Amino acid sequence: MSKANLLDRRAVVSELLRDRKGAFAVGGLGASTYDIAAAGDHDRNFYLWGGMGGAVMIGLGLALAQPTLPVVVITGDGEMLMGIGSLATVALQQPKNLSIIVLDNEAYGETGGQASHTGGPADLVGVAKACGIGDSRSISTMAEVEAFASSLQDVAAGPRFASAKIDGANLERVLSSRDGTYIVNRIRGSVGHTPI
Amino acid sequence: MHARADTAASWPEEIFSILQRFEVRQVPYVPDAGHSELIERVLGSSSMRGIALTTEEEGVALLAGAWAGGQRGVLLMQSSGVGNCINMLSLVQIFRLPFLTLVTMRGEWGEFNPWQVPMGSNTQGILELSGIKVLRASRPDEVREVVEAGAAQAYNACTPTAVLLSQRLIGAKVFTK
Repeated sequence: MSKANLLDRRAVVSELLRDRKGAFAVGGLGASTYDIAAAGDHDRNFYLWGGMGGAVMIGLGLALAQPTLPVVVITGDGEMLMGIGSLATVALQQPKNLSIIVLDNEAYGETGGQASHTGGPADLVGVAKACGIGDSRSISTMAEVEAFASSLQDVAAGPRFASAKIDGANLERVLSSRDGTYIVNRIRGSVGHTPI
Repeated sequence: MHARADTAASWPEEIFSILQRFEVRQVPYVPDAGHSELIERVLGSSSMRGIALTTEEEGVALLAGAWAGGQRGVLLMQSSGVGNCINMLSLVQIFRLPFLTLVTMRGEWGEFNPWQVPMGSNTQGILELSGIKVLRASRPDEVREVVEAGAAQAYNACTPTAVLLSQRLIGAKVFTK
Protein backbone atom coordinates (compact mmCIF):
# COMPACT_ATOMS: atom_id res chain seq x y z
CA MET A 1 0.00 0.00 0.00
CA SER A 2 1.42 3.39 -0.92
CA LYS A 3 1.55 6.20 1.61
CA ALA A 4 1.99 9.77 0.38
CA ASN A 5 4.59 10.89 2.93
CA LEU A 6 7.09 8.09 2.32
CA LEU A 7 10.00 8.24 -0.10
CA ASP A 8 10.14 6.29 -3.34
CA ARG A 9 13.00 3.79 -3.06
CA ARG A 10 14.04 4.00 -6.71
CA ALA A 11 14.14 7.81 -6.56
CA VAL A 12 16.28 7.64 -3.40
CA VAL A 13 18.83 5.24 -4.90
CA SER A 14 18.87 7.01 -8.23
CA GLU A 15 19.70 10.28 -6.42
CA LEU A 16 22.38 8.61 -4.28
CA LEU A 17 24.16 7.29 -7.38
CA ARG A 18 23.39 10.07 -9.88
CA ASP A 19 26.76 11.79 -9.48
CA ARG A 20 28.62 8.89 -7.86
CA LYS A 21 32.04 9.61 -9.43
CA GLY A 22 34.30 6.72 -8.36
CA ALA A 23 32.06 5.40 -5.59
CA PHE A 24 31.47 1.72 -4.94
CA ALA A 25 27.84 0.75 -4.23
CA VAL A 26 27.07 -2.40 -2.22
CA GLY A 27 23.47 -3.60 -2.31
CA GLY A 28 21.93 -5.94 0.25
CA LEU A 29 20.14 -9.17 -0.61
CA GLY A 30 16.71 -8.30 -1.97
CA ALA A 31 15.13 -5.15 -3.29
CA SER A 32 18.08 -2.83 -2.65
CA THR A 33 20.12 -4.78 -5.20
CA TYR A 34 17.30 -4.29 -7.75
CA ASP A 35 17.23 -0.57 -6.91
CA ILE A 36 20.95 -0.25 -7.61
CA ALA A 37 20.52 -2.14 -10.88
CA ALA A 38 17.59 0.13 -11.78
CA ALA A 39 19.82 3.17 -11.27
CA GLY A 40 22.14 1.78 -13.98
CA ASP A 41 24.71 -0.99 -14.18
CA HIS A 42 28.24 0.04 -13.18
CA ASP A 43 31.51 -1.83 -12.81
CA ARG A 44 31.68 -0.74 -9.16
CA ASN A 45 28.26 -2.12 -8.24
CA PHE A 46 28.51 -4.94 -5.70
CA TYR A 47 25.23 -6.80 -6.09
CA LEU A 48 24.29 -9.33 -3.41
CA TRP A 49 21.88 -12.20 -4.03
CA GLY A 50 22.63 -13.95 -0.74
CA GLY A 51 24.80 -13.70 2.35
CA MET A 52 22.01 -11.91 4.22
CA GLY A 53 23.42 -9.69 6.96
CA GLY A 54 26.77 -9.25 5.21
CA ALA A 55 26.31 -6.04 3.20
CA VAL A 56 27.80 -3.65 5.76
CA MET A 57 30.81 -5.92 6.37
CA ILE A 58 31.48 -6.22 2.64
CA GLY A 59 31.37 -2.44 2.54
CA LEU A 60 33.82 -2.24 5.42
CA GLY A 61 36.33 -4.62 3.81
CA LEU A 62 36.13 -2.65 0.58
CA ALA A 63 36.40 0.72 2.36
CA LEU A 64 39.51 -0.36 4.26
CA ALA A 65 41.11 -1.70 1.07
CA GLN A 66 40.34 1.47 -0.95
CA PRO A 67 40.46 4.31 1.59
CA THR A 68 40.55 7.12 -0.98
CA LEU A 69 37.30 6.08 -2.70
CA PRO A 70 33.77 6.43 -1.32
CA VAL A 71 31.89 3.23 -0.48
CA VAL A 72 28.13 3.33 0.04
CA VAL A 73 26.17 0.38 1.36
CA ILE A 74 22.51 0.55 0.36
CA THR A 75 20.48 -2.12 2.12
CA GLY A 76 17.10 -2.93 3.62
CA ASP A 77 15.88 -3.02 7.21
CA GLY A 78 15.65 -6.81 7.37
CA GLU A 79 19.17 -7.26 6.00
CA MET A 80 20.51 -4.61 8.39
CA LEU A 81 18.82 -6.24 11.38
CA MET A 82 20.43 -9.59 10.55
CA GLY A 83 23.89 -7.98 10.56
CA ILE A 84 23.20 -5.47 13.33
CA GLY A 85 26.47 -6.23 15.14
CA SER A 86 28.39 -5.03 12.10
CA LEU A 87 27.47 -1.46 13.07
CA ALA A 88 29.52 -1.91 16.24
CA THR A 89 32.38 -3.35 14.15
CA VAL A 90 32.26 -0.39 11.74
CA ALA A 91 32.21 2.10 14.62
CA LEU A 92 35.30 0.51 16.12
CA GLN A 93 37.20 0.85 12.80
CA GLN A 94 35.89 4.33 11.92
CA PRO A 95 36.40 4.01 8.12
CA LYS A 96 36.22 7.61 6.93
CA ASN A 97 35.07 6.67 3.42
CA LEU A 98 32.13 4.40 4.36
CA SER A 99 28.48 5.43 4.25
CA ILE A 100 25.52 3.19 5.04
CA ILE A 101 21.91 3.89 4.13
CA VAL A 102 18.98 1.66 5.03
CA LEU A 103 15.88 1.74 2.86
CA ASP A 104 13.37 1.03 5.60
CA ASN A 105 9.95 -0.23 4.54
CA GLU A 106 9.43 -1.92 7.93
CA ALA A 107 8.88 -5.23 6.17
CA TYR A 108 10.48 -8.27 4.55
CA GLY A 109 9.36 -7.33 1.05
CA GLU A 110 11.05 -10.22 -0.74
CA THR A 111 9.22 -12.89 1.27
CA GLY A 112 5.70 -11.52 1.26
CA GLY A 113 5.84 -8.31 3.27
CA GLN A 114 5.98 -9.70 6.80
CA ALA A 115 6.49 -6.99 9.42
CA SER A 116 10.06 -6.28 10.54
CA HIS A 117 11.21 -4.99 13.93
CA THR A 118 11.59 -1.43 12.62
CA GLY A 119 7.81 -1.15 12.34
CA GLY A 120 7.82 -1.85 16.07
CA PRO A 121 10.16 -0.40 18.66
CA ALA A 122 13.52 -0.99 16.93
CA ASP A 123 15.26 2.28 15.99
CA LEU A 124 18.16 1.69 13.59
CA VAL A 125 19.44 5.27 13.80
CA GLY A 126 19.53 4.96 17.59
CA VAL A 127 21.39 1.65 17.32
CA ALA A 128 23.97 3.09 14.92
CA LYS A 129 24.52 6.10 17.14
CA ALA A 130 24.78 4.00 20.28
CA CYS A 131 27.31 1.72 18.56
CA GLY A 132 29.50 4.77 17.97
CA ILE A 133 28.66 6.00 14.47
CA GLY A 134 28.38 9.66 15.42
CA ASP A 135 26.90 10.85 12.11
CA SER A 136 23.66 8.84 12.17
CA ARG A 137 20.45 10.39 10.91
CA SER A 138 16.90 9.78 9.78
CA ILE A 139 16.01 10.87 6.28
CA SER A 140 12.49 11.76 5.27
CA THR A 141 12.80 14.19 2.35
CA MET A 142 14.52 14.13 -1.04
CA ALA A 143 16.48 17.23 -0.01
CA GLU A 144 18.00 15.17 2.80
CA VAL A 145 18.77 12.38 0.33
CA GLU A 146 20.60 14.90 -1.86
CA ALA A 147 22.59 16.14 1.13
CA PHE A 148 23.52 12.54 2.03
CA ALA A 149 24.51 11.84 -1.59
CA SER A 150 26.96 14.74 -1.61
CA SER A 151 28.31 13.95 1.88
CA LEU A 152 29.18 10.37 0.90
CA GLN A 153 31.75 11.80 -1.50
CA ASP A 154 33.67 13.17 1.49
CA VAL A 155 36.11 10.36 2.28
CA ALA A 156 37.53 12.15 5.33
CA ALA A 157 34.40 12.54 7.47
CA GLY A 158 32.77 9.10 7.72
CA PRO A 159 31.57 6.70 8.77
CA ARG A 160 27.99 7.86 8.39
CA PHE A 161 24.67 6.10 8.70
CA ALA A 162 21.19 7.03 7.53
CA SER A 163 17.79 5.42 7.54
CA ALA A 164 15.14 6.51 5.06
CA LYS A 165 11.54 5.43 5.55
CA ILE A 166 10.40 4.34 2.11
CA ASP A 167 7.14 3.35 0.50
CA GLY A 168 6.49 -0.37 0.92
CA ALA A 169 5.13 -0.92 -2.57
CA ASN A 170 6.77 -3.86 -4.34
CA LEU A 171 8.22 -2.57 -7.56
CA GLU A 172 9.09 -4.51 -10.68
CA ARG A 173 12.39 -6.34 -10.13
CA VAL A 174 15.34 -5.06 -12.11
CA LEU A 175 17.67 -8.02 -12.23
CA SER A 176 21.41 -7.45 -12.04
CA SER A 177 24.02 -10.05 -12.86
CA ARG A 178 23.98 -12.82 -10.25
CA ASP A 179 27.37 -14.28 -11.18
CA GLY A 180 29.42 -13.50 -8.09
CA THR A 181 32.83 -14.12 -9.64
CA TYR A 182 31.99 -11.77 -12.51
CA ILE A 183 30.73 -9.09 -10.12
CA VAL A 184 33.81 -9.23 -7.89
CA ASN A 185 36.33 -9.50 -10.70
CA ARG A 186 34.73 -6.56 -12.46
CA ILE A 187 35.13 -4.46 -9.30
CA ARG A 188 38.73 -5.64 -8.94
CA GLY A 189 39.40 -4.76 -12.55
CA SER A 190 38.04 -1.25 -11.97
CA VAL A 191 40.79 -0.64 -9.40
CA GLY A 192 43.54 -2.15 -11.52
CA HIS A 193 43.71 -5.77 -10.37
CA THR A 194 44.05 -8.43 -13.02
CA PRO A 195 42.64 -11.96 -12.57
CA ILE A 196 44.93 -14.46 -10.84
CA MET B 1 69.05 -28.65 22.46
CA HIS B 2 67.77 -26.38 25.19
CA ALA B 3 69.39 -23.32 23.67
CA ARG B 4 67.78 -24.09 20.31
CA ALA B 5 64.35 -24.40 21.86
CA ASP B 6 64.81 -21.08 23.63
CA THR B 7 65.79 -19.15 20.51
CA ALA B 8 63.33 -20.76 18.08
CA ALA B 9 60.37 -18.58 17.11
CA SER B 10 57.10 -19.51 18.75
CA TRP B 11 54.50 -20.98 16.40
CA PRO B 12 52.25 -17.87 16.57
CA GLU B 13 55.30 -15.82 15.57
CA GLU B 14 55.90 -18.21 12.66
CA ILE B 15 52.29 -17.75 11.54
CA PHE B 16 52.71 -13.99 11.72
CA SER B 17 55.79 -14.14 9.48
CA ILE B 18 53.94 -16.25 6.92
CA LEU B 19 51.03 -13.79 6.84
CA GLN B 20 53.51 -10.96 6.34
CA ARG B 21 55.18 -12.78 3.50
CA PHE B 22 51.85 -13.33 1.74
CA GLU B 23 51.02 -9.62 2.12
CA VAL B 24 47.95 -10.18 4.24
CA ARG B 25 46.37 -6.82 5.11
CA GLN B 26 43.06 -7.46 6.90
CA VAL B 27 42.87 -9.78 9.89
CA PRO B 28 39.31 -10.09 11.24
CA TYR B 29 39.03 -12.06 14.46
CA VAL B 30 36.87 -13.10 17.34
CA PRO B 31 39.22 -13.35 20.32
CA ASP B 32 40.37 -16.77 21.41
CA ALA B 33 42.99 -17.73 23.97
CA GLY B 34 44.82 -19.89 21.42
CA HIS B 35 45.09 -16.95 19.03
CA SER B 36 45.98 -14.34 21.67
CA GLU B 37 49.69 -14.06 20.83
CA LEU B 38 49.03 -13.80 17.09
CA ILE B 39 46.26 -11.22 17.62
CA GLU B 40 48.59 -9.07 19.73
CA ARG B 41 51.24 -9.31 17.04
CA VAL B 42 48.73 -8.27 14.35
CA LEU B 43 47.41 -5.34 16.40
CA GLY B 44 50.97 -4.10 16.83
CA SER B 45 51.78 -4.42 13.13
CA SER B 46 51.95 -1.51 10.70
CA SER B 47 51.11 -3.57 7.61
CA MET B 48 48.14 -5.53 8.94
CA ARG B 49 44.88 -4.33 10.40
CA GLY B 50 43.32 -6.42 13.15
CA ILE B 51 39.54 -6.11 13.02
CA ALA B 52 37.55 -7.27 16.06
CA LEU B 53 34.19 -8.78 15.11
CA THR B 54 30.98 -9.30 17.03
CA THR B 55 30.44 -12.67 15.31
CA GLU B 56 32.60 -14.73 12.97
CA GLU B 57 30.33 -14.51 9.92
CA GLU B 58 31.15 -10.81 9.75
CA GLY B 59 34.72 -11.82 8.95
CA VAL B 60 33.71 -13.88 5.91
CA ALA B 61 31.82 -10.92 4.45
CA LEU B 62 34.65 -8.53 5.34
CA LEU B 63 37.15 -10.67 3.43
CA ALA B 64 34.89 -10.65 0.37
CA GLY B 65 34.93 -6.84 0.42
CA ALA B 66 38.67 -6.76 1.03
CA TRP B 67 39.31 -9.04 -1.96
CA ALA B 68 37.07 -6.93 -4.20
CA GLY B 69 39.17 -3.96 -3.15
CA GLY B 70 42.45 -5.78 -3.82
CA GLN B 71 43.53 -6.90 -0.35
CA ARG B 72 44.15 -10.32 1.15
CA GLY B 73 42.94 -11.29 4.58
CA VAL B 74 42.75 -14.15 7.04
CA LEU B 75 39.97 -14.96 9.51
CA LEU B 76 41.05 -15.99 13.02
CA MET B 77 38.47 -17.85 15.07
CA GLN B 78 37.74 -20.72 17.42
CA SER B 79 36.00 -23.92 16.31
CA SER B 80 32.64 -22.79 17.72
CA GLY B 81 32.83 -19.77 15.40
CA VAL B 82 32.79 -22.00 12.32
CA GLY B 83 29.17 -22.79 13.12
CA ASN B 84 28.36 -19.08 13.16
CA CYS B 85 29.71 -18.72 9.61
CA ILE B 86 27.78 -21.37 7.72
CA ASN B 87 25.47 -19.34 5.46
CA MET B 88 28.05 -16.61 4.92
CA LEU B 89 30.53 -19.23 3.68
CA SER B 90 28.38 -19.25 0.51
CA LEU B 91 30.29 -16.11 -0.45
CA VAL B 92 33.54 -18.07 -0.55
CA GLN B 93 32.24 -20.28 -3.37
CA ILE B 94 30.15 -17.63 -5.11
CA PHE B 95 33.02 -15.12 -5.35
CA ARG B 96 35.76 -17.77 -5.65
CA LEU B 97 37.58 -16.09 -2.79
CA PRO B 98 41.21 -16.76 -1.83
CA PHE B 99 39.82 -17.62 1.60
CA LEU B 100 42.07 -18.59 4.51
CA THR B 101 40.97 -19.18 8.07
CA LEU B 102 43.01 -20.34 11.05
CA VAL B 103 40.81 -22.16 13.53
CA THR B 104 41.85 -22.94 17.09
CA MET B 105 40.19 -26.18 18.16
CA ARG B 106 38.13 -26.80 21.27
CA GLY B 107 36.09 -29.84 22.20
CA GLU B 108 38.86 -32.41 21.66
CA TRP B 109 42.08 -33.67 23.31
CA GLY B 110 41.44 -33.48 27.03
CA GLU B 111 38.50 -31.05 26.88
CA PHE B 112 36.96 -30.14 30.25
CA ASN B 113 33.83 -28.35 29.00
CA PRO B 114 31.26 -30.67 27.36
CA TRP B 115 29.55 -27.69 25.69
CA GLN B 116 32.55 -27.35 23.36
CA VAL B 117 32.38 -30.94 22.14
CA PRO B 118 29.41 -30.94 19.70
CA MET B 119 30.72 -28.06 17.58
CA GLY B 120 34.36 -29.10 17.95
CA SER B 121 33.45 -32.57 16.68
CA ASN B 122 31.68 -31.14 13.64
CA THR B 123 34.08 -28.35 12.71
CA GLN B 124 36.01 -30.22 10.02
CA GLY B 125 32.87 -31.76 8.51
CA ILE B 126 31.07 -28.42 8.28
CA LEU B 127 34.05 -26.75 6.63
CA GLU B 128 34.39 -29.56 4.09
CA LEU B 129 30.66 -29.56 3.34
CA SER B 130 31.03 -25.82 2.71
CA GLY B 131 33.67 -26.44 0.04
CA ILE B 132 36.69 -25.57 2.14
CA LYS B 133 39.84 -27.70 2.23
CA VAL B 134 40.96 -28.60 5.74
CA LEU B 135 44.53 -28.95 6.96
CA ARG B 136 45.55 -29.58 10.55
CA ALA B 137 48.58 -28.88 12.73
CA SER B 138 48.92 -30.76 16.00
CA ARG B 139 52.57 -30.18 16.97
CA PRO B 140 54.54 -26.93 17.25
CA ASP B 141 57.14 -28.15 14.75
CA GLU B 142 54.59 -28.66 11.98
CA VAL B 143 52.71 -25.36 12.28
CA ARG B 144 54.98 -23.47 9.94
CA GLU B 145 54.79 -25.88 7.02
CA VAL B 146 51.05 -26.51 7.37
CA VAL B 147 50.12 -22.81 7.55
CA GLU B 148 52.52 -22.05 4.69
CA ALA B 149 50.87 -24.71 2.53
CA GLY B 150 47.41 -23.45 3.47
CA ALA B 151 48.27 -19.85 2.67
CA ALA B 152 49.91 -20.84 -0.62
CA GLN B 153 46.93 -22.80 -1.92
CA ALA B 154 44.42 -20.24 -0.67
CA TYR B 155 46.14 -17.18 -2.12
CA ASN B 156 47.87 -18.64 -5.18
CA ALA B 157 45.21 -21.10 -6.30
CA CYS B 158 42.06 -19.44 -4.88
CA THR B 159 41.43 -22.70 -3.05
CA PRO B 160 39.52 -21.91 0.15
CA THR B 161 41.41 -23.42 3.07
CA ALA B 162 41.03 -23.79 6.81
CA VAL B 163 43.96 -24.72 9.03
CA LEU B 164 42.83 -26.33 12.27
CA LEU B 165 45.20 -25.71 15.16
CA SER B 166 44.63 -28.71 17.42
CA GLN B 167 43.85 -28.42 21.07
CA ARG B 168 46.79 -30.76 21.49
CA LEU B 169 48.98 -27.95 20.16
CA ILE B 170 47.36 -25.14 22.10
CA GLY B 171 46.78 -27.04 25.33
CA ALA B 172 43.40 -27.84 26.85
CA LYS B 173 41.93 -24.94 28.78
CA VAL B 174 42.29 -25.46 32.53
CA PHE B 175 39.26 -24.54 34.63
CA THR B 176 40.11 -23.72 38.23
CA LYS B 177 38.00 -22.17 40.95
